[in-house]
Amino acid sequence: MASPAFADVPRSFFQEKILLGMTPREYLRSLVTPGNALVAVILCVGLPLMVYRFAAGLGATTNLSQTAPWGIWIGFDMMTGIVLAAGGFTLATTVHLFGLHDFHPIVRPALLTAFLGYVMAIVGLIADLGRPWNMVYVFVRHGTPSALFEIAWCVVLYSSVLFLEFLLPTFEWLGLKRFRSVLLKIMLPLTILSVVFSSMHQSALGSLFIMAPGKLHPLWYTPWIFIFFFISAVMAGISMVIVEASLSHKAFMSRIHHHFDLAKLQYGLARGGAIVFFAYFFLKLQGVIDMHAWGYLWSGWGAWFAVEMLGFVLLPAILYAVGARNMNVKLVRLGGALGVIGIALNRLNVSVIAFNWNLPSAQRYVPSWMEVAVSLTLVVLGVTLFRFCVNRMPIMSEHPDYAGSEY
Amino acid sequence: MKLSRRGFLHIAGASAGAGLLARPGAAFASEAVPGADERAMLVDTTRCKGCRACEAACSEANGNPPPDRGEDVLDTNRKTSQTAFTVVNRGPNGPGGARRYAKTQCMHCVAPGCASACPVKALQKQPEGPVTYDPSKCMGCRYCMVACPFGVPKYEYEALAPRVRKCTFCFDRQKAGKAPACSSVCPTGALTFGRREDLLEEAKKRVYGQPDRYERHVYGELEAGGTNWLYLADVSFAKLGLPQNVEKQSYPDLVKGALGAPPFVMTLWPPLLMGLYTFAHRREKVAKDGEHGAHGAHGKKEERHG
Repeated sequence: MASPAFADVPRSFFQEKILLGMTPREYLRSLVTPGNALVAVILCVGLPLMVYRFAAGLGATTNLSQTAPWGIWIGFDMMTGIVLAAGGFTLATTVHLFGLHDFHPIVRPALLTAFLGYVMAIVGLIADLGRPWNMVYVFVRHGTPSALFEIAWCVVLYSSVLFLEFLLPTFEWLGLKRFRSVLLKIMLPLTILSVVFSSMHQSALGSLFIMAPGKLHPLWYTPWIFIFFFISAVMAGISMVIVEASLSHKAFMSRIHHHFDLAKLQYGLARGGAIVFFAYFFLKLQGVIDMHAWGYLWSGWGAWFAVEMLGFVLLPAILYAVGARNMNVKLVRLGGALGVIGIALNRLNVSVIAFNWNLPSAQRYVPSWMEVAVSLTLVVLGVTLFRFCVNRMPIMSEHPDYAGSEY
Repeated sequence: MKLSRRGFLHIAGASAGAGLLARPGAAFASEAVPGADERAMLVDTTRCKGCRACEAACSEANGNPPPDRGEDVLDTNRKTSQTAFTVVNRGPNGPGGARRYAKTQCMHCVAPGCASACPVKALQKQPEGPVTYDPSKCMGCRYCMVACPFGVPKYEYEALAPRVRKCTFCFDRQKAGKAPACSSVCPTGALTFGRREDLLEEAKKRVYGQPDRYERHVYGELEAGGTNWLYLADVSFAKLGLPQNVEKQSYPDLVKGALGAPPFVMTLWPPLLMGLYTFAHRREKVAKDGEHGAHGAHGKKEERHG
């Protein structure tokens, strides 16, 4: 064991890789920050709650009911978590398949966000399932007429692909050159599979609700909801990358070795985003026409629908367009933030808020504080793991040994 | 019998031709009544006296606690629950002030949304008609509860190994040749157990026989693409508490189009993306070569053009 007293004594592998080259004591001291204290408090509440959920049951922890079988563990952890992970496949397609290499510096953070998003969604799903130990039956009992069957397979296959893609920076970090060179050979097929699986997964999450025409409000229900889910996943992917790049560019400045013009990339993303957001806005109007749901626009639900459509679809579209045209990065980032909130709002509207809209308000679902705490814990856990990885692995910048690598 | 090649072609040709010709006619003949041979139940609400013997028999047959007692039970609009698979609610008064009641339970759809939603086939449609549940296969996703338009599947949220609970149409009793518990105790003839097609005919006979008495509708004939529980009434079905926002087509069919997409995505995406990749790659290569070429040939440019 290397003595902490002498800096020139070679440091142990553990110290080098995990403790960021510090001694255990130095490392622990470096962890004492106000942000980490908040994280610690949330995890100290949330992690025991997840244990409590399995010890006491769903009834004791959630406000789920016979009319509200799905709460925010599905509506937020799964629906929103997965759609916000769409930046991974969106950017991987842009860079690795379409060959727009100027976006290269922000691919790895997007893929890491996607991987962690999926991991957290799976954890949330396991908490939500009544009998998670029977999950394996999805893979042996062929419930093919179910959208959930498609989803289960996509979750497993796509998170496996994301895991393999995540191994690339991991191998670089640990210096496993042989493994890395093997992995590099399958990166193109992996990228293609990631697009296949995630586009099916994103749309199938929408297909779930096709069977609930009497329960989901007509302004949100349409037999074409799976197309809307796919398009809005691309929108979420673009917006999430804009937001996440802005935040991590600031937070992890020290990890970025080769500085690039982030604003320029964000204009590019915003240009694409403006088109997709505008297209989605008009498609959603088409959905209203298709369902003959015009009349509902003049109700309270219509006002809520208008908030989603005008404030979080049309406004981001305009902000993207104007921001990209006038090179105003603030507008673009504001558009990104609104876009992310808007897609999250859409998923919550479909799965929780506008679901069971015709029930009397006393029977409507409102999450319990424990459900909120567990969802918050998963978000915090995801962000913490993101920070852990970024601070150690070549995520924000290339590893000097592998500079100029395609992936 | 050995089939010669010629004979085979003859038969193949004839049956293909017959298939083309007979398609519209055949559809009418065999599919006029979906689930014609399945076991079904006809509920004539005009004959129900609200004695709730069916509730008691149901609870006994399924090992559930005895049903609620008391005078005011019928005045509250109750729902089936994880411990009560059928409940009788009072509806509006019928002609002449006669009291009307409706029994609710699983409708046992001919093509059930719940069973098609179940990714592990814990809920299954039996060929005889009942929709049954196997907790040992269930993973507790509760998609069945989302998919059922009648709000039938109920969940044991309080349990550590929760089950979906609902009427099974007494599948075990049916297999033993007995009628479901509820209909076997009904004293008024409000419940008739039998073949779906026969019961539909019986239902229509009653409606057409007394057109002034009955509503001209058999609830369950078309609801959700057809259910094995069929209802007759002389007051509005809505007021009897039977859900009205139910599609007139089978719920599994709703999602068929969307679920048809994956094979296309899986077969079309990879070649399409590979193609895009190849184009992008080639464009890059050409750009790079062009660059190098331009640098290398700088001096000779004049010559070449000359």
